[in-house]
Parts: sequence; C-alpha cells; structure tokens
Amino acid sequence: MSIVTVQLGQCGNQIGYEVFDTICRDLHNTQGFCCKRENEVYQASCKEHFFNEEKSGVPIARALLIDMEPKVISQTLLKAAHSGRWKYGQHSHFCQKQGSGNNWAYGYSVHGPKHEESIMNLIQKEVEKYDSLRGFSTIMSMAGGTGSGLGAFLTQNLRDAYPNSFIINQIIWPYGTGEVIVQNYNSVLTLSHLYRSSDALLVHENDVVHKICAKLMNIKQISFRDVNQVIAHQLGSVFQPTYSPEDSCQYRRNPLGDLMASLVPHPEFKMLGLRNIPQMSENSLAYTTFAWTGLLKHLRQMLISNAKMEEGIDWQIRPPLSGLPALEKVLPNKEFHFNTSIANLVILRGKDVHSADLGGFKDPALYTSWLQPSDAFSEWRTHRAFNKYEKLAALVSNSQFLLKPLDTIIGKAWNMFASKAYVHQYTKFGIEEEDFLDSFTVLEQVVASYCNL
Amino acid sequence: MEEGVVNEILQGPLKDIFDSKQLITNVSGSGNNWAVGYKVFGSQYQDQIVEKLRQTAEHCDCLQCFFIIHSMGGGTGSGLGTFILNVLEDEFPEVYRFVTSVFPSGEDDVITSPYNSVLAMKELNEHADCVLPIENESLFDIVSKINQMVTSGKPGTTVKPESLVTLNEGGIKKKLQEKPFDTMNNIVGNLLLNLTSSARFEGSLNMDLNEITMNLVPFPQLHYLVSSLTPLCTLADVNIPPRRLDQMFSDAFSKDHQLIQADPKHSLYLACALLVRGNVQISDLRRNIERLKSSLHFVSWNQEGWKTSLCSVPPVGHSHSLLALANNTCIKPTFIELKKRFTRLYKKKAHLHHYLQVDGMEESCFTEAVSSLSSLIESYNELDVTKGLPVHDPLRLNIVI
Repeated sequence: MSIVTVQLGQCGNQIGYEVFDTICRDLHNTQGFCCKRENEVYQASCKEHFFNEEKSGVPIARALLIDMEPKVISQTLLKAAHSGRWKYGQHSHFCQKQGSGNNWAYGYSVHGPKHEESIMNLIQKEVEKYDSLRGFSTIMSMAGGTGSGLGAFLTQNLRDAYPNSFIINQIIWPYGTGEVIVQNYNSVLTLSHLYRSSDALLVHENDVVHKICAKLMNIKQISFRDVNQVIAHQLGSVFQPTYSPEDSCQYRRNPLGDLMASLVPHPEFKMLGLRNIPQMSENSLAYTTFAWTGLLKHLRQMLISNAKMEEGIDWQIRPPLSGLPALEKVLPNKEFHFNTSIANLVILRGKDVHSADLGGFKDPALYTSWLQPSDAFSEWRTHRAFNKYEKLAALVSNSQFLLKPLDTIIGKAWNMFASKAYVHQYTKFGIEEEDFLDSFTVLEQVVASYCNL
Repeated sequence: MEEGVVNEILQGPLKDIFDSKQLITNVSGSGNNWAVGYKVFGSQYQDQIVEKLRQTAEHCDCLQCFFIIHSMGGGTGSGLGTFILNVLEDEFPEVYRFVTSVFPSGEDDVITSPYNSVLAMKELNEHADCVLPIENESLFDIVSKINQMVTSGKPGTTVKPESLVTLNEGGIKKKLQEKPFDTMNNIVGNLLLNLTSSARFEGSLNMDLNEITMNLVPFPQLHYLVSSLTPLCTLADVNIPPRRLDQMFSDAFSKDHQLIQADPKHSLYLACALLVRGNVQISDLRRNIERLKSSLHFVSWNQEGWKTSLCSVPPVGHSHSLLALANNTCIKPTFIELKKRFTRLYKKKAHLHHYLQVDGMEESCFTEAVSSLSSLIESYNELDVTKGLPVHDPLRLNIVI
C-alpha cells in the first residue's frame, strides 16, 4: 500500500517537502467534519501510504531526496526535522557536489549512468521496508538539468527494475517567460523520454499556480514557497486516502493503480491535468460556505472550457449536441472552443459528499467517441474533509487541457533548434541532433493524437 | 612578473588569506609586451604553474571553475594570462574557465595595448568558456556618479557607507580621490561576489556557475557577456518609499550601469540573466521582466531568453541587489574599436620589432589574431542584421496519423 515519493532536483525537493508537510498537517487536523472513528481510519490509511512508523513516534516520510548539489537537500532535511511532526529518513538522500548546470544531457548521460548503482541501491533499500509497494511518484521540474535529465534516466531505470509497479511523474511546467533559457529543449527531451517509461504524467503549470496565488489566494508578493504550497495542496487533495465502496467499504488500498485504471485507458494518452475547487487563503476559508451544486457546476465548466481556475471562466463554451456531426477538428493554434476528454476522475471530500450530483460529468458529449461515459468517468467520494476545506472537489483529467501548452513549448524549442542555438552544449555530453529530432517526433505525435480526439 | 603589486598585497590587511606557496613572481616584468608574457614567461614558468595548480586543485572536493582576472592591454596579464588559459584547458578540460578582462580604453597610456589586446582576444575566443569584459572608463563613470550621490548633500540622500559598491566592508576608509583604482576595482570585486552568491548561499532558485555558460552561450564563439550591477549604494533614509526594487531592475538595463561602454537596450539580446540577491520574490522578478521585455530586442529564436536566479542573502549593506549579464550585440563596437586601433598601429608596423624579436613570434601570429577578431565581429553583424525583421516560425514536423 506504499507509495515511494522520489524528489528530484531543487524543484522536486522543495515541493516534496511541502507535500509531506501538507499531508502531515491534514493528518492531525481536527476539523475533519466526520466522526472520530472515521478520522482514525483515515489517519491510519494515510500513514500507511506515506510514512514509516519509528520507535520515537515521529513518522518518517516514505521519500527519497536526490539532487546533484547539496544545498537544497540539507535545507529540506533541516526544515522537516524542525517541524517536529515528521521527518525524512536519515539515509534517504543522495547528493553530489556539482549540479547539472541546467543541462539535460549532463543529467541524463553523465550523472545518470555515473550514479545509477548508488541511487538504485538507495531505492531498493527503501522499498525493502514495505509489505507491498504500490508505486512511485516522482516530483521534478522539466526546465532544469537534474530533475529533468536525471529524472528521465531514473524513470527508465525504475520501469526496468520494477516492472509491476506504477510510476506517476509529477511534472512542473516552467513559467512561459523564462526561468531557464534552454527550458524548452529540456522540456521536450524530458517529456519524450518519460512518455516511453512512465504510466502517467501529472502536470502542474507554474503560470497557472502563480495566477491562483495572485487572484484566488490574494498573495501580494508571491514566493516559490507560496507556489509550492498550492501545488502541495492540490496533490494532497488527490492522493490523501479516498473511500472505496468496492473495497469492502474501506479506504482505497491502491490509489495509484486505481488512478491509472480510471484515467489512462490507452498508452498514447498520458498527460493529466489537475483542477481544484474551491481554492482560497486559509483566512477566507473560515468565512465562506459552499454548496456542491455551485462547486460542481463551476468545475464542469472549467473542464469544458479549459479554464485554469474558478475565476474568469468562459460560460459561452458548450459541448457539442449529441446526434450532430462531430465538430471540425481543431488545430492547436486556432482558438480553442471545447475541451474533449478521454477520461475524468472527480474526487470529492467533505460534508454531505454523498448528496453531490455528478450527472453533468457523465454527459457523453464531453468525451471522445471511443469510450462510454461509464468507462470514461470515475468518482471517488470521501466524508473526511481535507486541509480544513469543508467541501472540496478535485478533477484529474486526461483531456486536451495540456494540448496548447505542449504545442507552445514544442514550437519554441523547434524555433530555437532550427537555428541550432545551444545545441553544442548538448552534443558535448552525447545528445546528438538525431536525439532531438526523435524527441520532437514523439511529441508531435502526442499533439496530433490529442488534437484528433 | 614583477614584485611590487604582490608585495603590497602581502603587507596589506588581507595578507593572511593568500598562501605564500601560491605565489609566482619575477623581477623584470613583461614590458607591456604580450609576446614576452606568453612566449618567454609562459615557457619559463609552465611547469611551476602546472605544479601549483595541481596542488591547489587537489584540495577541492569538486572543482567547478577557474576565474582568470587580468587586463588585456599589458604584458603579463594579457600574455601570461592567456598562456595560463591554454594550460588550464589542457590540464583541466572539464573545468569551466571564466575570464574577467579589463579592456583598454581609448586614452590608454600603454601604446602597444591594441597589439596586446588583439593577440589576447584570439586566445579568449578559442580557449575561454565565458568572458566578462570590463572597461576602465565605465568604472570611472560609476565612481564619479557615486561621488556625486555621496557629496550632493540633497535632503534624503545620505548614503549608508557600507553599502557603497566601491568601498569594501572592511571599513578601511580611503578617500575616493586617493586611490581611484581601488574603488574601481571594488566594483569588479562585487561583480564576482554576486556571480558566485547563489553557489555560496541558499535561495529559492539556485544558479551555479556552470548554468551561466549553459544558458548564456548559444554558440561557442559568442561567449562575451556585458554585465551591470545595481544598486550602486543604498540610501540611509528609511522614509524613502520602496519603489527602489523596480527602479533597480530598470537601472540594470541603462547604459550608465554597464561595466563596459555599451548600450544593450538598443542592440540585440541573444540571452539575458538576472541574478537577484536579497528579499525579492518570484512575483517581483516576473513583474519586472514583463515590464521591461517590451522595450528590449531579443533574437528571433530566443524571444523569451531569460535566465533567473534568486539568492536569499543580500550583499552587505543592501536589502537586495541585481547583477544582469547580457549576451548582447552591443559589445560589437568595443571589438570594432579595438580592431581599428590595432590596424592603425599595424599598418605602420609601429613597435612590431619588440614582438618579432621574441622567440616563436611571427607576423602570422598577428594576422591570425586579427582575423579571429574579424570573424567574431562578423558573427555579431550577422545577428544584428536580423534585428527588427519580421519573424517567420520554421515549419514544424508533419505527422501522419
């Protein structure tokens, strides 16, 4: 029942810390809006998934911290230990002295093979502690060198070494206007490689989360910590224990597996997006109440119109009426009208969760023609509230959500590749122009597939 | 290759920082002659230099880069300096070589500085990973500006003394007029501090030195970066509203703050890096990038070519600071000017005999050097031509379903 979280690079480690911190806080939350017994079962399930119990009583996160330079890992370990509520394992990290220099080729071709044995040994040791390993969740950014390059290498290795475990990659999509100049190259190389070895890619876009911080959380001077906390909240809302009526009315034992089964029916379609509603600052939370009908209405429209958050939704967009001929296939650079889905998973947590009506998500018009809504749509309802939100709905969607961002990144990378700028930095470490072309081809294929839904 | 300067350092307040085993001196100096520095002293001291480098490198857990600090116009820094660059490439090929070069100004008192500089440029072109050119004129202008700010006596303009980018924190009070080179050099010292700050301190978005070459050098030859430092000082009056932050970003792009005589705003950017220190968050950074990018020209294949880093620890005396590194075609005039001065001398064969009489020097060294410089200028020309032209995205791959 255990999920191993592999935190890669600066981004992965910073976010990983916030995820465990959020999960732990939620664990000890008394405002679960449910009975004590329910709460205890929830807590037990959460601990089983994410923490090892230790004699001292302080739970140890089931996580591995990997980075090619020491500063971030030492900070992360310290912060966790200081919290007093949880910590990382003493020997659960691996780091070197010199980073990857934002160079995917360096992360993949130099650091990867060099440290393969040590890192895989570290993972093996961690996995041996568990009764049953359910899968791996890696957290990494696409823009840098370690998370992206070493991350891609490691995912391949995990796939080879643990063929029966699920692998989900949490990918952080960089800001459009630069964090790293070669971020588009790094992104293209990462995505194309992950597509071959991973089961699903759950994407978090920095631009989107930034807007959420600005508009919904009302944060004036947004720091990476704020961004990371929102991402952690979103991940927690998906991966915290969920009730499973099929599983003899217990908390779900295999959330990763169930997620894959619900959302990834075909290996060509692995890009998952995440939307949460409501999303607000903790202060406002105390003064606001919600109704499921309102929340779900907004969430459905967010899905249909590909809105990134609950503000500024375009209500004009409607699904095509069933019975009419299929809409003309939309090209990614034209204005998007309607977001076709392959599969959707809605996770509801909180008060009166059984009264929520999810009929709107079962409309066949939302989905592509080759899946029935009964197969394409899944719902997980849990009484116990998450992170002090009286009611919360999370949507994990395998749809055209990421088509435009993906297309944009490919366009920019291709533009740069056409002038051969920076390519010498990659060929220096064994990534040749053919490798670039292969990656472009894989991703153009993915774009075409999603386009033709 | 002469003892005066090194001796002065050894008697100064920092004498304990330098290990005497790491010093190499001679008595005669290089006579402002690149050939003497490179060929004569190069071969004479090669073994000693390699030996001492190896000894120091052995103490490092992980050697990431070398900083070479020199001037281009003289004999030792220029000649022996570029010789060492070659040695570093041979002995430590995996280690990055960052070079901070002081370029001679128009009214340089060394007549042969154009020869020395062009001969050195060829070496920098071929063997350096990254060059940060500095011009004394710019440093002097910055010093004068600070002088003005300090002595203007306008209300609300009292400057915090330890924040001056021209004075060191050691509190050693030097009159700004007394040792002008010290104040100017302090600016370069701060440049190097800010460059390495993210490697030395924690931050939410770290940047190591190898990331600088990775992001700012799109083609191996174009590795010259124009740098600018802001703010130059902090005002002591706390009643001044904090619009300073956005002003800091604007200043970094003004030609008054650049460390060479160049105007990046009106030339073409290939790439730009912003290294921020102190209490600045990602939203401040993004807001300023959005604000400034419309007034800057970026090359067509790198329209959003920004590399950013956030280090939590500000420099002494400041609450925040910014170092901007630009790979920009505005450096072209510097090279063109250098070539002009070289050609003026070389046409007349003036002072050439001092060089040719050195063993191993021939006229071909000169012609090769100037041709290397010309090809560099030509590369920048080719890019400049594309500025302002309409951008056509190249056709994407077509996939058959």
